[in-house]
Order: sequence, then C-alpha cells, then structure tokens
Amino acid sequence: MLILECPYCGVMADETELAAGGEAHLKREGPGSSDADFEAYLFDRMNPKGVHFERWRHASGCGKWFHAARNTVTLEVYGTYSAQVSEPPKALVTAIKRKVPGWEGWM
Amino acid sequence: MRRYSAFAIAREALRYHSGWERAWRSPAPKKRYDAIVVGAGGHGLATAYYLGKNHGITNVAVLEKGWLGGGNTGRNTTIIRSNYLQDPSAAIYEKARSLYETMSQDLNMNVMFSPRGVIMLAQTEHEVRGYKRTAHANALQGVETEFIGPERVKELVPIINIEGPRYPVLGGLWQARGGTARHDAVAWGYARACSAMGMDIIQNCAVTGIETEGGKVRAVETSKGRIETGKLALVVAGHSSQLAEMAGFRLPIESVTLQALVSEPIKPAMDVVVMANTVHGYMSQSDKGEMVIGGGTDGANNFTQRGSFHHIEETVRALVETFPIISRLKMLRQWGGIVDMTGDRSPILSKTPVGGVYVNCGWGTGGFKAIPGSGWAMAELVAKDAPGALAADFGLERFREGRFIDESVAAGVAH
Amino acid sequence: MSARLEGYGRLIDRSQRVSFQFNGKRLRGYAGDTLASALMGAGQLVLGRSFKYHRPRGAVASGGEEPNALIGLGRDGRFEPDQRATTTELFDGLEAVSQNHWPSLAFDVGELNTLAARVLPAGFYYKTFMAPRGAWVKIFEPFIRMSAGLGRVPETADADRYEYLYAHYDVVVVGGGVAGLVAARAAAAGGAKVLVLEQSAHWGGRAPVDGGEIDGLAPDNWVKTALEDLEKAPNVTLRNRAMAAGVYDHGYLLAYERVADHTPGDGRPRHRLWRIRAGRIVTATGALERPLAFAGNDVPGVMLASAMRDYLVNWGVAVGQRIVVVTNNDDAYRTALAMQAAGREVAAVLDARERVTGALPDAARAAGIDVREGHAIAEVRGHSRVKSVLAARQKGAGKAGEEIACDAVAMSGGWSPVVHLWSHCGGKLLWDDDAAMFRPDPDRAPTGADGAGFVLTAGAASGALRLDATLADAHAAGKAAAKGAGGKATRKAAPKAVCEPEAAIEPVWIMPAEAGPEKRMKMWLDYQNDVKVSDVQLAAREGYESVEHTKRYTTLGMATDQGKLSNINGLAVLSQALHKPIPETGTTTFRPPYTPISFGAIAGEARGDLFQPLRRTAMHEWHEANGAFWEPVGHWRRPYCYLRGGESHAEAVAREVSNTRENVGLLDASTLGKILVKGPDAGRFLDMMYTNMMSTLPVGKCRYGLMCSENGFLIDDGVVARVGEDEWLCHTTTGGADRIHGHMEEWLQTEWWDWKVYTANLTEQYAQIAVVGPKARQVLQAVGGMDVSKEALPFMQWKDGRLGGLPVRIYRISFSGELSYEIAVDANLGQGLWDRLREAGMGFGMMPYGTEALHVLRAEKGFIMIGDETDGTVIPQDLGLNWALSKKKDDYLGKRAQERSHMADPERWRLVGLETTDSSVLPDGAYIPAHGKNANGQQNTQGRVTSTYYSPTLGRGIAMALIHRGPERMGETVGVPVHDGTGRVVEAKIVETCFYDKEGAKQDV
Repeated sequence: MLILECPYCGVMADETELAAGGEAHLKREGPGSSDADFEAYLFDRMNPKGVHFERWRHASGCGKWFHAARNTVTLEVYGTYSAQVSEPPKALVTAIKRKVPGWEGWM
Repeated sequence: MRRYSAFAIAREALRYHSGWERAWRSPAPKKRYDAIVVGAGGHGLATAYYLGKNHGITNVAVLEKGWLGGGNTGRNTTIIRSNYLQDPSAAIYEKARSLYETMSQDLNMNVMFSPRGVIMLAQTEHEVRGYKRTAHANALQGVETEFIGPERVKELVPIINIEGPRYPVLGGLWQARGGTARHDAVAWGYARACSAMGMDIIQNCAVTGIETEGGKVRAVETSKGRIETGKLALVVAGHSSQLAEMAGFRLPIESVTLQALVSEPIKPAMDVVVMANTVHGYMSQSDKGEMVIGGGTDGANNFTQRGSFHHIEETVRALVETFPIISRLKMLRQWGGIVDMTGDRSPILSKTPVGGVYVNCGWGTGGFKAIPGSGWAMAELVAKDAPGALAADFGLERFREGRFIDESVAAGVAH
Repeated sequence: MSARLEGYGRLIDRSQRVSFQFNGKRLRGYAGDTLASALMGAGQLVLGRSFKYHRPRGAVASGGEEPNALIGLGRDGRFEPDQRATTTELFDGLEAVSQNHWPSLAFDVGELNTLAARVLPAGFYYKTFMAPRGAWVKIFEPFIRMSAGLGRVPETADADRYEYLYAHYDVVVVGGGVAGLVAARAAAAGGAKVLVLEQSAHWGGRAPVDGGEIDGLAPDNWVKTALEDLEKAPNVTLRNRAMAAGVYDHGYLLAYERVADHTPGDGRPRHRLWRIRAGRIVTATGALERPLAFAGNDVPGVMLASAMRDYLVNWGVAVGQRIVVVTNNDDAYRTALAMQAAGREVAAVLDARERVTGALPDAARAAGIDVREGHAIAEVRGHSRVKSVLAARQKGAGKAGEEIACDAVAMSGGWSPVVHLWSHCGGKLLWDDDAAMFRPDPDRAPTGADGAGFVLTAGAASGALRLDATLADAHAAGKAAAKGAGGKATRKAAPKAVCEPEAAIEPVWIMPAEAGPEKRMKMWLDYQNDVKVSDVQLAAREGYESVEHTKRYTTLGMATDQGKLSNINGLAVLSQALHKPIPETGTTTFRPPYTPISFGAIAGEARGDLFQPLRRTAMHEWHEANGAFWEPVGHWRRPYCYLRGGESHAEAVAREVSNTRENVGLLDASTLGKILVKGPDAGRFLDMMYTNMMSTLPVGKCRYGLMCSENGFLIDDGVVARVGEDEWLCHTTTGGADRIHGHMEEWLQTEWWDWKVYTANLTEQYAQIAVVGPKARQVLQAVGGMDVSKEALPFMQWKDGRLGGLPVRIYRISFSGELSYEIAVDANLGQGLWDRLREAGMGFGMMPYGTEALHVLRAEKGFIMIGDETDGTVIPQDLGLNWALSKKKDDYLGKRAQERSHMADPERWRLVGLETTDSSVLPDGAYIPAHGKNANGQQNTQGRVTSTYYSPTLGRGIAMALIHRGPERMGETVGVPVHDGTGRVVEAKIVETCFYDKEGAKQDV
C-alpha cells in the first residue's frame, strides 16, 4: 500500500488514489521509425529489480500524471517529479546514487 | 526410482516409514550439461522432464536460486482450464489440461488433478456474447466447453447468488473437464521424475552471469561455479527480465504482484471453480476445505511478493456479493507472487537474440494451468532449436509484427 | 475434572451468571468468561476433534494461538464456523457446537483414522490413490473432502453489517499488555498522536497473571493507573477488542475490531476494519509459549503451562486436580506454584534440565513440590482425558519410567516472541541461541517510503521476556517511535520493575531426546493438522529439506493457527534431522492476518445496493417506472427494452425497432461520453487522437471519428462536433467515456505537454435524448422553439437554441439510419425535456426504445459497435473504415503500428454482412470453419460472426462477420455451425454490411 507525493497538488496520495503507468521517459516512435525502434518503444522494458523511474497518475485526485523514482525491491520512494520532463532531475539522480551504492545511474 | 503405491505405504508402515528414499537427489553441479534449465518451478521442471522423455536429452541440470517449486508454482490458486479464445492459447492450455489428466500416473505421484469443472460467470450482455463466442471457438479447437444458463449455474453452485442486485448472473462458460490440482505435488512429481532420469536438480544455486561467444551461449556463472552448456532455457517467472539482461537482451515484460488468499477450512460447500470477471474475483474450495480466492493484479512494478490490501478488499467484496454465505468465514492467509506481464498478456516461448538461449516467460496470471503444455512445447523448442506447433505463435517476433495473441476479450481478471 | 475455584478469576464477575448452550446442552458461566473458560468451568474439557485423525481435543492455549478449541458459533444468519472458543467472549444465549465429528463429539467414526495412523503418515496421499485413473475424482477425493474441512458450511447470508474506519496516527502501539502501555506512555510523552490496540477485551496482558511489581505496585494496579493516565492524555486513543491484523508497505496497518461479537444483534456493526496509516508501529505483541513434543502431548488435559495459569488466575478454572508440570525453563514453575497455592496437587515437576537451581524452582521445592531434574514425559496415558504420565530421563529413549497418576499436564518448551507484524513487511529475524528463540533483528526492520524502518518491537516481542527487561525495552521503543514519527524523545524514565531472576532455558525439541519411532509418531507438533515429529523427520528423509517443503509436505503450520505453536518446534525437529543449525534451516514467511479476520469485515459496507456505485441518468427513475428491463453497462444501467403488457423481451425489442422505423422512437443517450477539448492546439491534438482529420472540421459541423491505441487497434468511435473556433466536443461510447478522457489526458500531459489544450469530461453535465424516426422532425416542431428543417439544420450539423423553452443543443446525427436529432440539455433539465418530447410525441406514436433496439437499428444499417465488431485485436482497416483514416496526416496514434507486417497483411479477416439462406438468426459469436486442421489439430477457421440479430424490419436474421478476405467474396456462401447439439450448419451468403436503406436516403432528409 504505497504512498506517493503528488508533485502537483502536494498531497501524500494513497495507492488507492493512484494509477500506475509503467516505465517512464520512453521516447515515442512514430511513422518513419524502424521496426526495431518501434517495437522497443512499445514493448521492451527495463523492469529492473531496484531503482525504477515510472509514471503515475493521481487518478482519483487532481488527475495529473507525474513521475516517481522508486525501488521495486524495497519500495523506497526516492522522489516524485513533473511529468513534463524527458529525464529525471539531476539532483534526484545524485541523491539516489548516494543512497544506492552500485546503482549504474539513469540510462 | 522406487514406485509409490498403497502397497509401498503398507510395507513402509511396518518399519515406521524408514525405508522411503529421497524424492530427488541433491547433487553438486557437473562441469557441463547438454542443456541447462534455469528455474525449478513447474515450467522449468516440466521442460527438463519432456527434454528427457520426448527428446532423449537427459544430461540436463535444472538450476534453482531458492527451493524448487517455491515461486509462483507454490503460490497460485491451482486452477486448470483451457477455455481460451485464440487458437494458439487454446492449443497449449488444452495440451496442458490433457497432460494433467494423466499426470499422476505418468509421474507416479498423486498430483490430485480434480476435473471438477470451471465456470466463468457472464454478468453483462457483453460477457454473454464473449463467452458464447469462446464456446464456439472451443468447439472447433477441440476444447469441450458450453455456455450454460443461470439455472444451470445455480444447480452447479448452490451457494451462488444469481440475482445480485448489481450484476445478476446471466449465464456462464462451463468447462466440465477443467479443475484444480495440488500445486506443490506437480513440482515435486516432475522433480522426482527428472531426478530418476539422471538429471541434476541443483537448489540454492543462483545464476549470476551468462557467458556467450560469437553470439552463442557457452556457459553460466552460478553461485556454485561455472557450468558449461550449449543450450540454456530461461524459465524464471518473476525474474525473466534480469536473466535476459545477463544474456544481453530486453523482454516485453513488466513484473507485478498478484495476490491470493484462503479462508479457514469448512466442510464441502462448492464443488466447482467459479470465476467472476466482471466483479474481479474467483474462488474454489481446496480438498482441505479452504476457500481459495484470487483477483486482479496490482498495478506497479514490484518484486516483493507483497501486494496492496485494497486489491484484497476488492476481491473479497466481489466474492461476498457473489457468495453471501462466505461473509462469516475468515481470511486465514494472504500472499503474493511476482507475475510477468507481456505486451499482449500472452506468454513467450521463444528463441532469443542469443544462440542456444531460449526463453519461457510471460505467463502472467495463468501459468500454473499451462505447466505440462508449456514444458512439452519448451522441450521441443530447446531440443530442435525451433518451435514446434504449440510454441510457434508465442515467439518474440510477434511484437514486432503486431501479431498479438490477445485473450483480453475473455479474461478480465487474473486466474 | 476441570472445575471452578472460589477466590480466583480476576476477569469474571460471579454476580453475573450467563447461560449458554454447547451441543444443545444448557450450561452456565460468568460475565467475563471466554467460551473456553466457561466450558472448562462447567467440566467440559473435550471441545473438538482434530483435522486428520479426528482425535478428541481440548484447549491447549488460552488465546488466539489456540489450535484445538474451534467451534461453530451462533445460528442461521449469525452462524460462524471455526471460531476459537478461547477468544470468544461469553454472552447470554450463546450457542456453540463442536466440529469435525460424526455422529458426536464423544464418539466419532472418523477416529478410525487414528488406528490407521501408521499408514497415514505425512504426504501419504501423494503416494497413492492413483489407480485406477478416475477413482481419485470419483471415490478418494470426495471421501477426503468430506472427512477434511472443519466447520459446517453457513447456510444463509450474513445478518450483520460491517464498516471501515480510516485513521492516521504518528505511533500505533500494538498490544495492551504492560509493554504496550509503557511504550504508549513514552510515545505520548514525546508528543506523538498515539493509538493503542489490544486484541482482547482486557488490558494488562500476562503481567497480572505472572506477578512481579511495577513502580511498587502489583501489575494489576499499575495497569489501572497507567490506563487512567493514558485515557486522560489528549493525544492517546485506546481500543480494546481490536487486533492489528497486518502490516503493509509504507506504514499501512490493518486492524480488526470486534465491535459486537459479544453483543450480537444490538444494532452495531459486528466488525470494524481499521485502515490506519502510521508513522511508526510499535509491536508489543508479547511472546507465545511453546509446547513440548512428547508422546501423547495432545490428550485433553495437556496444556501450555501459561494457559493453565491463565485459566486459574483469570477465570478461576482449575484444569485438573492433580497435575504434572513438564518444562525446560523456569517460567513453568509459576504454574506449579499457582496450582499448588490454589489447593491442587502438583504431583511432580519434570524438568528436562540436568541441574535446576533458580529462584522459582527453589520456591517450588520449598513448597514441597517434587522437582525431578533431567526428567521428561515418556508418554501420556489417557484417551479423552489425561490419566497418568510415564516419567523418564530426558537423555535416553524413555524406557521404563515411573507412572505418575494425574489428570492434567502443564507443559512449557520456552517462549517465542510474536514476530508476525514485524515480519509481514520484510522485517528480518535472528536466532538467539541462549534464549532459544527467533527474535526481531533491530538492524533489519521493515522499511517505509523514506527507506527508514517503521516497525519497532517492545517487550517480550523483542525477546525481552523478564518483566524488568520488558519494561525497559518497551520504554525505549516508545521513545524511539515518537522521535521517528517526528516527535520528541521523552526524558522520562521507564517504570521500575521487580521480578524473580530466571535461570537459562535449555532447548528441548524431542522428549525424551532419543525416543524411538513409535513414540515419535505420537508427538504432536501441529495439533490441528495432526503433524507429528515423525512426519517432519519423514519429510527430511525424503528430501523435503527446505522448511517450505517440509511445511507443505506435512502441512505443518498450515492450520487455522498458522503454526503459532508449531512452527518453531517443527523447524527445530527439521534442523535436527538435517544436522543443520536452526538459523541455517530457515524460517517460514509470516503472512497477514495475525489471526483470521472475517470476509464480512474485509468487504465492509459494499454489499447489495452499495456493492458498487450506480450511475443514473436524469431519466433513470422514469425508465424504472415505465417498464425498463435493465442492462448493466459499466457502472450505468441502461434500459435494454421497455416491457409492455405481457410481451417478451424479444417482442418488446421488435416493437421498439419497428416503431422507430415507422413512426418515431425516443432514446436516453445520456450515457454516451462527452468530452470537451479546447484550446489553440485542440485541432492539432485531435488530429493525433483520431484517425480522421478533425482540425479541418468547420464550426457547426459534426464528423464521425475513430480512435486507435498506439498499438493500432480500434479503441473507440463517436461523433465529434466543432462547437467553436478552438473548441470541439467529442462523443465517446458509454463504456469509453472515462477511459478515453484518461487516454487524452495521458497524451496531453506526458507527450505533448507544450500543446495548449484543455479537456473536460462533461458526460454527466448533459442529458442527451435521441428523437429518431421519420416523424422525428414533426415531434420537434410540435415541441416548438427551433427551426429544425433540413435547410436550417442539415445532417451532420448542430445548432444551439431553445426547445419547448429549454436551452438545448441539437445534433443531427444518426446511429439508426433514420432522421434523427440528438438533443443535449443540462442534466437537471433532462427529465423536463424528456417529458416535453413525450407529450409532443404522443400524437405521432412515439415510444421509448432501449439498448437492444439501438443495436438492431445500427446493425440493420451496418454500423459497427465498439466491443462487438472490435475486441481489442481489430483495426479500422478490418472494418472497411479506411475512409476514416486520413491520408493527409503524417501521424496519428496507431498509424505507425498499422504499418507492421501483420496489420498490413491482405490475408486479414475483414467485415462483411451475412444473410442466412433460411432467414434464421445466427448464434452470437459463431465461427466459420475452413477446410482442414492446423498443426495443433484444431479446425481451421475463416471468420466469425461479430453481431447477429433478428431484424424486424426485414423479417429475417442479419449478421455481420469478420471473414478472411471477406469483401472480395461477395455472394459466396459459407457454412456456420450453430453448435446446438444437432450438428446443424446454417448456410449464409456473404453480403454488404448494410442491410437497410443502402443509399442513406432516410437519415438525410
């Protein structure tokens, strides 16, 4: 039963208010992309045991999408941040590196 | 392998059961095997078993990070059915179901396959049409199912409330030859039979690396040393992405928690398995008398084998509404498993970008019922380096081609 | 004989007699009794039968850990199977029945299993019942099912109600014993908002039974003052009869309050499920005593030493007249001393330790009790009551011991901290060799969202068993919890305790140590499931070496007590068998709930009409009052048809269709999704959402649009109206409204976040009514107020105005092929508009129609329906909707996906119409076989029916189907097996999808 802070409305939202949206920061591939790139965009997932950047929607709250950095093994939440970025904030990545020795970093 | 029988039990009783031999050996790994299966769950053990039985490959090791049968094989709700809509699914699940029918005799271990029948309730007009369609498809697929009316549902399940104020039962898809089996015994039975064929089941042996050369597999690194092989089958639900990463490729998989629970035992109350997809819950009664209950998956990637309680609430609400008499029963235990969900929610039995590496994963919420069929098809794929008919449509290439095997028409809930 | 003793019973009120029934026999107890204490007080020792061997059993414990004393409670709508007599508070009129026997508790045929026990070892059923095939299902399984199970099946629905409660606390202390109270005081002193949960009806836990002194007071008195303090504190809430059932991630705690179990039918909810978020959880859950494994340790009268003491001190019940105490630690001497002080005879204390020197044993000796060092019980004699024990040396095989007559045995194998809640969420344990117990490893606590540990343990739950250690540990835990939850660490000191020193325990897992196989077959580990030492040893011998294997093979720890008394003993026996230390052998996973909780409580109020919210349109009540037969569609209900007189559903549908085609029909279309998309980039956005070009749609016009997923599949359709320069209104399917709105928002917020677009789901803001049929215009003209002529409002256009005085927007769109106006009005005016239209329509034969007529009307026209023609695998190209795929756009969702080889394959099944040659109606979902079988032996197929109806307009069956290269095969005949058991195959001709008014003349008038 997770709690994530919605970066928009500032609410510490219970999992019952949230909808998970899978891996974050995927780059959309449209017409003109190769079959392999398009397949990777739609399907291939890192699915890591450990630090995961992911999308959530505060579905039964303010309705906004946001990003979370969360550990899929300990369920620790390193931070949540705007949906309107194509990579996690540097400060967050640094903070996670400090907390998780051996983590290879974002991408 | 000394055979199990009533006579053997009587004989052993005379000497306080001191003469039973080990169900499976516990050997140290050899330097090299013709084939290595990673994962000693039902699917992995069945793969090894049919490698030996159907293809004569017995120089096989099954490597298990923990204890055999300890993953989803030992955590599911043991439902067996094959009333799938799409041809490839119906084929592999029906193959599995038919192998379950003879599994106890085949493995000389009573896996308690109990073809007591499975009903999938239709509670909306849309579901009625969907299940009628499935029944038609099944008739041509050689899967015996029928669409039955609400009266027949009530006859089969006297404790059901067919006139729920919210979703009346409008009928159901009935598979009389579906049922349940004793999940642990399936793993143990295969393990014992594999061991008897001379295969090595190596528990507490984690794979830590996959060694390739020229695009082909050469060996695996494990917590018990390096082991060489030319054929490597990855059959590790819940850890598939991690093993794929070791081999250098990605899978169309996200791992989430699927929860289940049981009640305290009561005397026989329900003889069949009932699945209610509209309200998200399903229930059967174990031979011990516990009501065995499951529902939908949690949403977020999760490797903890723990879920969120609100999913349990949702499932229990659905079932109390469907079976009002269970309201005063009590939840004895709840648990979770890690299930691999693929892009089209159908499994993957496939060659991979690495030569000699094969993957069997993505069974999502429906793996247990597939075990023998999956092992049968996987063994053929590994032995021949090419999928046979059962596995042909479950290759990874389907995602690139857009050739989904989508069962969502018929299955809104986990099973 | 168990009996009441005067002068004992701190929890009962002898002035209040309570009458109850057990197996139909009327008995009496006292207020404050549990059912177990009352039954034993009334001389009833045998309370049930075991699971496998149906052996007679009495209570072995006094609380929630009890494995034996399970009863059926209440009757009818208040019947509950498998209730623990030890935690059931007695009330006047209570009715209980014993379980798992036939014909009676005293004489049970199932006990024959005991005689056969030798051929029924652990896992015997895996090794037999295999031949002949089929016999398992027909003979063996039904027999096993009947003899297994425990409680009777409830027969009626639950008469009680349940409720949820939400709560947030800084610190939740679990357990209202002295440790819990101390921890709560310390946490509250740090300023934390504290909740204390106690599972029983009483505060104080074991301390008042065990004795000692706290701050100079007897524990009972100290508890009273501590409670008074806590009740006064504004930041503390106390709840008894409330058990913490489970700890979940991020500080979620589930508690189960048994509000009215002891006052059934008083109008209160029976149970209350607390859903708590806690900053820190302190588990002051105490420890449980372990049984000892000696032959016959399940005979009624053999009981945990602490339980025997509880029954005496708390309820004034002496379990026996002459008792033997058997132990490996000092604590059991408290029982010996208490029983002797109460005038019972303590025949002997058999202490497995070779040298016994502690203060408590010395006190026992001083009291004249025969303490035998290095001794064990070799065997208990008796069937449904202890008659005697055979004493023997612990070291050895248990030969030729002295027989000691007695009628009860108090046993103690040491104590195990209750670590369940600590472990639920990943807290780890360590094995403490000196104390012979697993206890929480404080360095590996379960961690929360911030990565910090959020569960602390207090007192005996930490492994601090002695009163002084317990209180110090609990105080520290409470202090740390308050600080961890954001409060302060109190500077107050822990209360001071005085208690007897205790000598070390000596682990004893099998008694006597070298007992032979015959004895080991009678040493119970798991009472309820009848798992014995011999079973665990057999499992180990057969290679079931993992503790999980052993557990599953033998069923150890899988009974309704979940191994509270058996897990550690079983694990120890396994580790001995494997010659491995206990911590290497492992421990099983603890899963919620701590003790079972009712499904009713989990379901809460969501029953019957409250099961799920019901969405109602503005005209819902009118439909209800006018014969609507309802169809659930998502959370809505829509009229399937309106029944008149005695007509059947099919007749009603036919009437509604014909009337709409001939006169005029009225449809409540309010459930259709209505999503407003607005902003400078709205057109551009909709061009990505829809396969069609929406940006070029002129203001005032409507366009039918298709939406695909990024995977290329058709997910929704509907009419889009451009209602302003930068404003579009998108209609979706009924089921799609929320989903499509979410879909739009997802793309807007996560991909094209720089586009200036807003969306709003207006579905419930408007009622929408379709007036459909050749006389539709006349009806609107009769209502009056707007020019609805073809010239003023042409097909596929919309217009605002006032109709019958109500502000409306009228769309000239048609899903039936008829002249049709869809009129939107503010939802609160929906019923008014509906009434006005009905009044005006009377002269034109207007009738309302439901969803089924809607389906027939659209099928006659060959219009697709999302969910019928589509199923998540269908693309627009399959449905002949290529015209709706804009060629001018570089991109739209699904475009790239549809270029993939399988989707561009000319061999795909495509939509056509089917006309049966005998005019019959094809069955729903029928498949059309092709020649031959595939490689898996399945009949090849060439298509399937997607929609099929009886068309009252054409007087025949019509259908649509997806067929291999269908549109290229017009006029061809295919055979459709109907699978009605006769083998009948219906011939059908492939035709165009539109069956009626192919030119579209009727809708565009």
